Amino acid sequence: MATQYGTIVRDGLWDNNGVLSMLLGMCPTMAMTTSATNGLGMGLATAVVMAASNLLVAVFRNQITQEVRIPVYILIIAAMVTLVDLSMNAWMHELYKVLGLFIPLIVSNCLPLARLEAFAAKEAVLPALVDGIFMGLGFTFALTAIGAVREIVGQGTLFADASLLLGPAFQFMELRLLPEHTGVLMMLLPPGGFLVTGLLVVAKRMIDVRAGKPIQMAGAHAAG
Amino acid sequence: MSRPPAIHAAILGAFCLGFGAVLAVTNHITVDDIAARALEDRQNSLNRVIPADIYDNNLLADVITLKDDEGQDLTVYRAMRDGKVTGMAYEIRASGYAGTIKLMLGVGADGKVLGVRVLAHKETPGLGDKIDEKKGDWITRFTGLALDHPPIEQWKVKKDGGEFDQFTGATITPRGVVNAVRNGLAFYAAHQAQLTEVH
Repeated sequence: MATQYGTIVRDGLWDNNGVLSMLLGMCPTMAMTTSATNGLGMGLATAVVMAASNLLVAVFRNQITQEVRIPVYILIIAAMVTLVDLSMNAWMHELYKVLGLFIPLIVSNCLPLARLEAFAAKEAVLPALVDGIFMGLGFTFALTAIGAVREIVGQGTLFADASLLLGPAFQFMELRLLPEHTGVLMMLLPPGGFLVTGLLVVAKRMIDVRAGKPIQMAGAHAAG
Repeated sequence: MSRPPAIHAAILGAFCLGFGAVLAVTNHITVDDIAARALEDRQNSLNRVIPADIYDNNLLADVITLKDDEGQDLTVYRAMRDGKVTGMAYEIRASGYAGTIKLMLGVGADGKVLGVRVLAHKETPGLGDKIDEKKGDWITRFTGLALDHPPIEQWKVKKDGGEFDQFTGATITPRGVVNAVRNGLAFYAAHQAQLTEVH
């Protein structure tokens, strides 16, 4: 069977989106989406780890036996997270100061583990890499969207401090949409995370229904 | 098909060994750079609380270590010019709304605050995080103050009958910071002889 790269890409970005369809990785989703910039940063760091660990698991998929696969997957994810953490601290220090707190959190994200188990362990190297990249980008998209809604309603800005994350050239992204002191603070606190995530999950399903797509209710198992 | 359990153990062990080696190599490559970055960060935070024109020494080199009120080692970075101590900076801790707030306090030899900056905090975004220099200029209010200016009983937020503004919806954070700065100044007053002594 020819590998359906188009399907992998569409699944990762939208159809089987890690957050909005599978509802995986809720811990970083709730914790890191107080602003669009934070969501973007966390998403990109996760995407790097997912691409690298998907690739490694696909390379070693014939050596990893069923019985020890979960410890090996966790070992690989933890090793990739540590690699990213150390090298960012050493060579991308400004970015690390913004993202540094979030990176160890990637280990607690079950989305990378789910993709290793459901996809990378069964597929060839290239499809697994593509899946890791686009599942990661889909995660980034979802986190940025949730972060953007929370930030706009919560403090009236969009992509505040984006230049700290992406460099001074991106200062144009930092917008103030509502006057100061008009934000609904609750949106920045944990309840806002639950509310916005829930609303965006509903919004995605409504778009899918309009488009006539079947709704997958099986969550993570649909990935298998 | 079942294989002896030892095979699985060997496979897991091999992966641990392999990735352990990769991490050890990465650590070896990055350790110097990371240490250098940490020093730069420290120097930057010191530059924010000690004006450049009061010292001609290397702040990171001229340190002394004292016991703080809780018996912990406290590193004091001393600013010196022409062999005299002109000021110093050390870390202080405030209890905030969400855990400890770490601050750097700069004190002149005359006991006046040179500057205070937040190093790390977990306060609520939009409320308590206004103590951060990036989110507001509240923290710069301390510059030039001393234990007797305002009078010691005025070293409180307005809600507690003192001098300092609290934030709308957040009193605990500024209260903690005001207390910490006052205690930091008291530490200087209590150890002034030791702190300004030049060997």
